[in-house]
Amino acid sequence: MTVTRRSLKAFVALFSLPFTWAIVFMVVPYLVMISISFWSRQFPLFVPDFQFGNFIQLFSDPQYTTVILRTLKIALLVMAGAILLGYPLAYFLVFTVTSTRWRNLLYMSVIVPLWVSYLLRAYTWKIILGTNGALNSLMVSTGLISEPLSIFLYNQASMVITLVYIFIPFMVMPLVTVLDNIPKALIEASEDLGVGPFMTFWKVIFPLSLGGLVAGATMTFCLSFGDFVAPVLVGGPDGTMVANLLQSQFGAALNWPLGSALATLVLVLVLIVLRLSSRFDRAGHVSLA
Amino acid sequence: MTQQPIVELSGVSKNYGQFTALHATDLEIGEGEFVTLLGPSGCGKTTTLRLIAGFEFPDTGAIGIAGKDVTAAPPYHRPVNTVFQDYALFPHMTVAENIGYGLSVKAHRLSAGERTERVREALEMVGLETMEHRMPGALSGGQRQRVAMARAIVRRPKLLLLDEPLSALDVKLREGMQVELKRLHRELGITFLMVTHDQAEALALSDRIVVMDQGRIAQIGRPFDLYDNPKTPYVADFIGATNLVPATYVRREGAFDLVALAGGLVLRRLARDTDPAYARNQPLVAGIRPERVQASAAGDANAMATRVVETLFQGDRMRLELLPEGERKSVFADIPRTGVNRAAISPGQAFQVFVDPADVMLFEAGKAP
Repeated sequence: MTVTRRSLKAFVALFSLPFTWAIVFMVVPYLVMISISFWSRQFPLFVPDFQFGNFIQLFSDPQYTTVILRTLKIALLVMAGAILLGYPLAYFLVFTVTSTRWRNLLYMSVIVPLWVSYLLRAYTWKIILGTNGALNSLMVSTGLISEPLSIFLYNQASMVITLVYIFIPFMVMPLVTVLDNIPKALIEASEDLGVGPFMTFWKVIFPLSLGGLVAGATMTFCLSFGDFVAPVLVGGPDGTMVANLLQSQFGAALNWPLGSALATLVLVLVLIVLRLSSRFDRAGHVSLA
Repeated sequence: MTQQPIVELSGVSKNYGQFTALHATDLEIGEGEFVTLLGPSGCGKTTTLRLIAGFEFPDTGAIGIAGKDVTAAPPYHRPVNTVFQDYALFPHMTVAENIGYGLSVKAHRLSAGERTERVREALEMVGLETMEHRMPGALSGGQRQRVAMARAIVRRPKLLLLDEPLSALDVKLREGMQVELKRLHRELGITFLMVTHDQAEALALSDRIVVMDQGRIAQIGRPFDLYDNPKTPYVADFIGATNLVPATYVRREGAFDLVALAGGLVLRRLARDTDPAYARNQPLVAGIRPERVQASAAGDANAMATRVVETLFQGDRMRLELLPEGERKSVFADIPRTGVNRAAISPGQAFQVFVDPADVMLFEAGKAP
């Protein structure tokens, strides 16, 4: 990039603040984090060092591998749940609801929860799934069960349900956008060529919506991978996720080097996911011109 | 029309809310015909096409294709294929995949080899043999248009619908594709039903033209019939251009009807068998095509004294805006370049023109534009 003398001033004025911001608050902390991950712990504190003990511990101690694998599993389940619920919803909004007013209203009702505090939304599920919660009351009053059950809350299923609920707008939004951008003439062309609605979906609509699907899947996966509220509120004893582990390493356990190593690992995992998704997205990318 | 009709609309109408896109309409199209629906936007021509394709369903009436009632049949159960206005090629498929798309369905199950053969044949038909692995995004407008054609004909439909097929192409390409369309129609023997707002295109390609106006059929006929005998001023002005002048009927004089223009000029018109009986002083509309106005007298032509308002050079001919004496509205005349001394015509000058009595058209007033 060449910057002429005249525009240099303007360039500096325009970009110095965001550049400084990015370097001071993002690049430097990452470097600090990565370097601390090589330090060693000497009770009660830690000293600068260069060794891989922290990483070895992460991969060998089942306490950590279990949590990492569990987090991966839950993030994948949330992603899958969001796809299974979000795709039909987005499809319904774009192709079935013909009235623009109704469509906007329904779309807003999916998005509006984002304006409500995240904590509140997670807490809602505690009220729904709890032993004295709405679900139990309903089932007791309809005679389905005689005693309230405590099986709904404080397990991995309740975590997945809560996270799907919280993050589903991030799946629906990009899907509605891509589906809405598919020219209706393509669907008409497919039917005109003798292909029924079901195969038209698989051969035309679905391939052309992959971009939005990948974007939504990436967002829901990454967001739930780093979540630490749902495990605390509705997760129960076997609900600990990576973010909770991280929190304790920097807090109660006071083991910054191990925490940094864990954070670096999470960073690498998320970067891999993003890289995969961008490659996948590009493969499915076509110009709709 | 002696052939068996391949398309039959009877009493078909379509409303969108308060707006009537198509009033109850009857239409028959014969096997192997090239029929054009012609009219300005909003005249109902595209609605008619979409009703036949099955993208819309009529509010009243019935649609028959190849002797079968398809009024309620979805598009994928109709023996019809469409060339879409913006081609509607599948952007995620290659040219060959696009063309072969309609051959993969159950009702059309072919062996893989047969399919490739049919696709290759269709590619050859439209002259795109070397393009089969390209993506639509990498094609020019004319090439996309050919792919759209190939995709629509590969299933050998009974009827091919063309929705403004050439409107997205530039002029030069459009003229070339017109020839292509005519050739394809002849070679395939399929019935073509085309929608267009371009009267030149309609005149050049069609066996019959259906002129539409505000959701109704204004006139159906062969191109030269429409040109020579338009039934209404609307058709006269839409098929070719026509000078339309209010006039009143004077009397019959031998083989001629006499009509007076507002300024007192009396025109003679060669009466036709198909003319209705006009009454004295009946308000009429006289129509004269610009290209039928002559610069020199021939036989018993009407003479008109005019003044030149403006001259427009158009290559092989001159378009003159003329104000007939005593008239307030000017008329246009297209005079061949060879017929006039160009230097003799300039704005403000007097200029006498002649119109053959056979070239004067008469319409009953009230149907005025």
